[in-house]
Amino acid sequence: MLKTFSIGGIHPAENKLSAESAIQALPIPQMVSIPISQHIGAPATAIVKKGDEVKVGQLIAKSSGFVSANIHSSVSGAVFKLDDIMDASGFRRTSIIIKVDGDEWLEHIDRSEELVKDIKASKEEIIKQVGDAGIVGLGGATFPAHVKLSVPPGKTAEVLIINAVECEPYLTSDHRIMLEKGDEVLVGTQILMKALEVNKAIIGIENNKPDAIAHLTKLAANYNGIEICPLKTQYPQGGEKQLISATIKREVPSGALPIEVGAVVQNVGTAYAVYEAVQKNKPLFERVATVTGKSLKNPSNWMFRIGTPVKDIIEAAGGMPEDTGKIVGGGPMMGKALSSIDVPLTKGSSGLLLLPKEETARKATKACIRCGKCVSVCPMGLEPYLLMVCADKKDYERLEKDAVMDCIECGSCSFTCPAHRPLLDYIRLGKGKVAQIMRARK
Amino acid sequence: MNTKVLVAPSPHVHSGDSIQKNMYGVVFAMLPALLFSFFYFGLGALVVTLTAVASCYLFEFLIQKYILKTEVTINDGSALITGILLAFNVPSNLPIWIIMIGALVAIGIGKMTFGGLGNNVFNPALVGRVFLLISFPVQMTSWPVSKGLTSGYIDVETGATPLAIIKEGLKSGQSLSSLMDKIPSNMDMFLGNMGGSMGEIAGAALVLGLIYMLIRKIITWHIPVAVIGSVAILTGILHMADPEAYAGPVFHILTGGLLLGAIFMATDYVTSPMSNKGMIIYGVGIGVLTVVIRVFGAYPEGVSFAILIMNAFVPLINVYVKPKRFGEKRK
Repeated sequence: MLKTFSIGGIHPAENKLSAESAIQALPIPQMVSIPISQHIGAPATAIVKKGDEVKVGQLIAKSSGFVSANIHSSVSGAVFKLDDIMDASGFRRTSIIIKVDGDEWLEHIDRSEELVKDIKASKEEIIKQVGDAGIVGLGGATFPAHVKLSVPPGKTAEVLIINAVECEPYLTSDHRIMLEKGDEVLVGTQILMKALEVNKAIIGIENNKPDAIAHLTKLAANYNGIEICPLKTQYPQGGEKQLISATIKREVPSGALPIEVGAVVQNVGTAYAVYEAVQKNKPLFERVATVTGKSLKNPSNWMFRIGTPVKDIIEAAGGMPEDTGKIVGGGPMMGKALSSIDVPLTKGSSGLLLLPKEETARKATKACIRCGKCVSVCPMGLEPYLLMVCADKKDYERLEKDAVMDCIECGSCSFTCPAHRPLLDYIRLGKGKVAQIMRARK
Repeated sequence: MNTKVLVAPSPHVHSGDSIQKNMYGVVFAMLPALLFSFFYFGLGALVVTLTAVASCYLFEFLIQKYILKTEVTINDGSALITGILLAFNVPSNLPIWIIMIGALVAIGIGKMTFGGLGNNVFNPALVGRVFLLISFPVQMTSWPVSKGLTSGYIDVETGATPLAIIKEGLKSGQSLSSLMDKIPSNMDMFLGNMGGSMGEIAGAALVLGLIYMLIRKIITWHIPVAVIGSVAILTGILHMADPEAYAGPVFHILTGGLLLGAIFMATDYVTSPMSNKGMIIYGVGIGVLTVVIRVFGAYPEGVSFAILIMNAFVPLINVYVKPKRFGEKRK
């Protein structure tokens, strides 16, 4: 029996259309817009002004606190302006807009393809390098990576878990990274192990990617302490708490962080970025994203420069299909619907999904028939039907008591509901309100 | 960009499941039992089923359209289920007008007074059935004897159910072993060759339906297993304590609509608990009450009452029995 997490879960149609498509470099656009807030935490502070010349990899916005991240230029050229433009969240945020001129990289970045296996940096140097390189969680949560590597006093990390689950349907960028950059990922994993002072790492991969499991298992024989753990395909296994439950059978307590059970989780793409930062001096200014959809001509995976407009990656995949009804940044379960294709791709862009019209319109909501399916699929053991009613009735006390804050917003409840009730929409509203009340109480 | 795109919160895809798919799935699962009832009771079964289903549709339509003046939702399939279940629970020679009263009570009082599908506390078909049982005790307990496909409708020979034979026999002082000779064999009962209501007689057909519903994930195993398991354990203990006074578990499981109740009535979405733990408590409650009523009560059979009583506890179970939360601190 393959391992998986302890409660709930669903298995949506996988639709990994682009799994066979090798990563290609997306052409550099003429203009990039790089938002100063691409991560969870305080926005970075811009340190360039209009007219400044920048090179590829140059710091253009500085981390403004412990939980914040540096931002680097992804192109060479001149700063055209700093302006508030709409980003993927739909809000207008400050961005540094750079007019591209050539492709000139900072000299200290090692651009060779050669694998550097030997890890020279010390624990402290690694954490500093990861912070300097502006690395954030590339699975989509964009939490600054160096913060997770700084284990709080009194706690010890026992195991590093690499999230290579890619449980979102359609997305294949992590899958391709494992196949094409396997050694780099494993060196990156060892760097992370060194930073955390652990001698064990587990790479969790769902068994719908047998080629990646086989490839990494073969390579891992050359690295100390790295175990490849095949997992049963089950959404939302990529959730941090679910992955810990699946791989080491520990449940992170409600409201606590993974370190509470001795685990630190990093995405496989993050491990690759860490390798590039520490071994190759390359900050995070490009990453891999999947562009996909059933009607798309060429579902594929692209290495893009951060700040490239969404429309460029759609163009590269054969242009927007006629029947497009929804453009989703990320996967179909947790991604964000975009209102425009002019928004820039950022550090958190793991994919772009074009859904046809007939799949996008929600069906009419019916009365709850109390089938209990939402309860049985909830990976956190919550009662979505009840939380929805309480959110609707503004019963915030009961929402808090019934653990609304544990909701990871995976969407399994809404996905499953036969009455098409917008369970997660209401739960989000309730969560927001309860969070406000809890903050006010402090 | 000239196409308009939709912007809405995640998730952006849906499983494609719907209320209709679940309801018609249940109907499909009832087909084997329905065919069996036609096979054993012929014309009578056909008339009773058609009357019950048509009346349920009609009353739901009339009430929604002219009394409540709300959206008419007869297409969701739930009236069809109520109709078939009501038919399953009555003798195949029940006069049409009595069936229509049953349907009116089931849909009107059992379902619509509470606000329609999703809001009713009690299983509508059982509300209708119990109303009829109390109002028309004679007609509701004269069970036609199976004459196969050629069975007639009103003018048929009737006989007692195995449960009634045992109950009456034990009351008049006969020994259980002598009574056991008067009832059909276990295999006959499993295949439906006994007196009883239309849907309760064919255990084999009901179990086929259960397997189908489990595979399609329309229901989970919790309720049927809890009901049947608790009945088996309880009657097993009683039987071991005094084999001459109490019938064994196999007899109790195959008779009196226990399988019908455990598979199709207790598992009704609306009137059963939401969490797995809650479903097990509810199922065990039904099993225990069924045995208590059958063995110690005045009625020979108790599944309907047991389910209705446990239906009343469902809101309470939902409030106090929470699913196991992820990362819950162990006390």
